[in-house]
Amino acid sequence: MFRLTTDAIDYHALTEAVRHPHCGAVALFLGTVRDLTGEEVTVFLDYEAYPPMAEKKLAEIEAEVRRRWPVQEVAMVHRLGRLGVGEVSVAVAVSCPHRAAAFDACRYAIDTLKELVPIWKKENAPDGDSQWIHGEGAK
Amino acid sequence: MTLTIHLFAHARELVGANRVAVDVPPGATVADVRAALAASFPVLASLLANSAIAVNHDFADATSILHENDEIAVIPPVSGG
Repeated sequence: MFRLTTDAIDYHALTEAVRHPHCGAVALFLGTVRDLTGEEVTVFLDYEAYPPMAEKKLAEIEAEVRRRWPVQEVAMVHRLGRLGVGEVSVAVAVSCPHRAAAFDACRYAIDTLKELVPIWKKENAPDGDSQWIHGEGAK
Repeated sequence: MTLTIHLFAHARELVGANRVAVDVPPGATVADVRAALAASFPVLASLLANSAIAVNHDFADATSILHENDEIAVIPPVSGG
């Protein structure tokens, strides 16, 4: 399951949603807004998406995760809009019978999301300056 | 044919619009549309060189042929997560 939202991410509910009696492991990743990038101070981030393509790519990532690992459930939520330092921008939760697959599947999901999903963030500095961050993603 | 190109993030800010129109001949490819965009919107050229083009919600390669009702978007380097 996957979702784009402007609401604060309830990662407790997300973790509960993937827990399952067949699973001995749940891996949860949270991406949180950081205050410093090198020497650049961030006061808030603005996240924007191309929703229909983002959802298509998230669906593809879920399918690939399920193909590669014995995953019971995978949940990915990305928040959009303005986020302050410390807020959760993205959450990925995966449940598997054993922990090796849970860690690997979760890692793959967030790494691939960051590479392929059309979402962008703009850093806003204390002096009002802002810049779009250009990732190392698909070109 | 007139194609609508959707712009996001930095591309949208540079041009000042969330979509623009380009005129290309029938049978034009993604490469042709890139060239048309760069010519019509020089301010976009540098970012465009580092951006992907999406057609109907998939990343498209340079040789993909475009059709009038395709949904086309400039995808600057993504930075989600």
